[in-house]
Amino acid sequence: MATDSLVEIRNVTYAYGKRVVLERIDMAIPRGKVVAIMGISGSGKTTILRLIGGVLRSQQGEVIVDGQSVNALDREGLYALRRRMGMLYQFGALFTDLSVFDNVAFQIREHADLPETMVRDLVLMKLHAVGLRAAHASMPGELSGGMARRVALARAIALDPMLMLYDEPFTGLDPIALGVTANLIRALNIALGATSIVVTHDVAEALEIVDYVYYLSDGRIVAQGTPDEMRAHTDPLVHQFVHGEAEGPVSYQYPSRPFAEEMRL
Amino acid sequence: MQRGTLDLWVGLFVLAGIGALVILGLKVGNLGSFSAAETYVVYAEFDNIGGLKARAPVKSAGVVVGRVDGISFDTKVYKAKVKLNIEKNYPFSKDTAASVLTAGLLGEQYIGLETGADSDMLKDQDKITLTQSAVVLEKLIGQFLYSKASEGGAKQ
Amino acid sequence: MMLGRNALSVRGIGANTIDAVWRLGYASRFLGLTVGHSGTCARRPRLVVREVYYTGVLSLIIIIVSGLFVGMVLGFQGYQTLVTYGSESALGVLVSLSLVRELGPVVAALLFASRAGSAITAEIGLMKATEQLAAMEMMAVDPIARVIAPRFWAGVISMPLLAAIFSAMGVFGGYLVGVELIGVDQGTFWSQMQSAVDVREDVLNGVIKSCVFGFAVSWIAVFEGYDAPPTAEGVSGATTRTVVTSSLAILGLDFILTAFMFRGV
Repeated sequence: MATDSLVEIRNVTYAYGKRVVLERIDMAIPRGKVVAIMGISGSGKTTILRLIGGVLRSQQGEVIVDGQSVNALDREGLYALRRRMGMLYQFGALFTDLSVFDNVAFQIREHADLPETMVRDLVLMKLHAVGLRAAHASMPGELSGGMARRVALARAIALDPMLMLYDEPFTGLDPIALGVTANLIRALNIALGATSIVVTHDVAEALEIVDYVYYLSDGRIVAQGTPDEMRAHTDPLVHQFVHGEAEGPVSYQYPSRPFAEEMRL
Repeated sequence: MQRGTLDLWVGLFVLAGIGALVILGLKVGNLGSFSAAETYVVYAEFDNIGGLKARAPVKSAGVVVGRVDGISFDTKVYKAKVKLNIEKNYPFSKDTAASVLTAGLLGEQYIGLETGADSDMLKDQDKITLTQSAVVLEKLIGQFLYSKASEGGAKQ
Repeated sequence: MMLGRNALSVRGIGANTIDAVWRLGYASRFLGLTVGHSGTCARRPRLVVREVYYTGVLSLIIIIVSGLFVGMVLGFQGYQTLVTYGSESALGVLVSLSLVRELGPVVAALLFASRAGSAITAEIGLMKATEQLAAMEMMAVDPIARVIAPRFWAGVISMPLLAAIFSAMGVFGGYLVGVELIGVDQGTFWSQMQSAVDVREDVLNGVIKSCVFGFAVSWIAVFEGYDAPPTAEGVSGATTRTVVTSSLAILGLDFILTAFMFRGV
């Protein structure tokens, strides 16, 4: 086991019923780095996050996090591992019946037996890190999408995790919020001394902040490399994705009968 | 909703619920009339108990003095054997008469006791010898028809 | 539930029945899971108390008002019928026995299913749809112990209490109409009632019924919520199913329980 890889995915295959989503994937996520997993919608990116978190169990292969095989862990072990991970969901997934403060304090209160004064300090520190200390008394329903996601980020880093997982963190944000979020991901990674995995299809922002990229298509890794390597990649599939071309190996029209035939010409 | 108020409301709710149960038990039901008084057991045999049920009242002069504890069938004499629980502060004489009576015209059946002249009182596990069975409607009609028929025959 | 074109054909009915049986098995396993994970409820009763507020206390208004109206209607209708037999003195008996044995547990349970049951289903379904349950799982907090079990036990606790309050209010309503409005003798009303209603036979059986109903409705409500497809239509369908299935279950169980309990009377 290489000690410089926090997460290793070895020969993993996963299928939802009969639909094979990931086929013989091999990945290594180095410690302390920010790695992006990219691909078009439905290419299996979120499935990888779920496999790392132990929510799903691969039919074949191994997922190793910090030297432990996730599939082999029992409930206790899995929960212990998850306490060292933080996950940011696409739309935040804040607990709507709790205030912002209580949301961020959730993990601290559940897993650490600290006095409320300490909890308060920790929560305000985390909120300050994402720039939303002033919103601590609000309810999630009162926040905008971008703000909700930042609060969710504060919640995810509450216990200073060693591994941060981001599920589509850039979706639906305005340009300023995009920049803020991208910077936060990078800054937090350094501040926490953590490793981050970002699942996204937002090429521009991702390539600015990550150290390494894996590109998935049809359940397989089609390309991998540093951001510069990806930008210069010659493979037409990768090229189409990175440069956002309308036509290429991924065709514009969903597979169907020829248009002329359909229109009975 | 602050934490304190919430607890208060839940507490009130639970109290209200338990209170409702108590009301149902006492005011609506007959829990209040469960006498903690001690009882003694007396047996009575009937040819026919009609619709008498367990826990039917045992009354004397219209006042409830006890309850029917159980009803069984005696295969030695082929009669209904009724076990009565009578309150200890109501002694009855050895020649007390027990009848199966009906409350109202079509009401529930109960045991009516009429005390006798004997100076000896019934003791626990004693047996009442004077019993009158319930009125069975069919037999009454049969009797009536029979008496009418014999009346008609006698006249001729 | 598959309700396609062949729903009414023999094949369709067969398929639906098998589907229902399969679902029942799945729901039973879920119930076992919920009860098995109830340790947190015992250690942290505040969770249950909070849910008792939302299911029980907030249902009080509808229960009290409905109980009152049902009792009053019983008073009216009962009097109309009894007076033709000259038995209006039995009004108290009619009102109290109807309520304590049947109407109290059944109607209160139906109201509970519509108000509290549907709310529980909607809440759990929405939490699932917005990934709150998944987020909780990833934060190493068991959502079944933290979210599902407290709501289940709150329903089980609230139901008998609400049914008792319903019956008590109903008797009061019958009293209002019979004695105050129509003029049945007060003494006769209460004394006849007291001699006819037996605590063991009638009141206790009614309480047992409401406990069984509470168990059934709570089970259905949490299961439908947890099993709801994570979409808007999914949650709304689940809420409807909760009310319909609960109502059918209540009436069916009522028949079975009544047949057992009131056999000899």
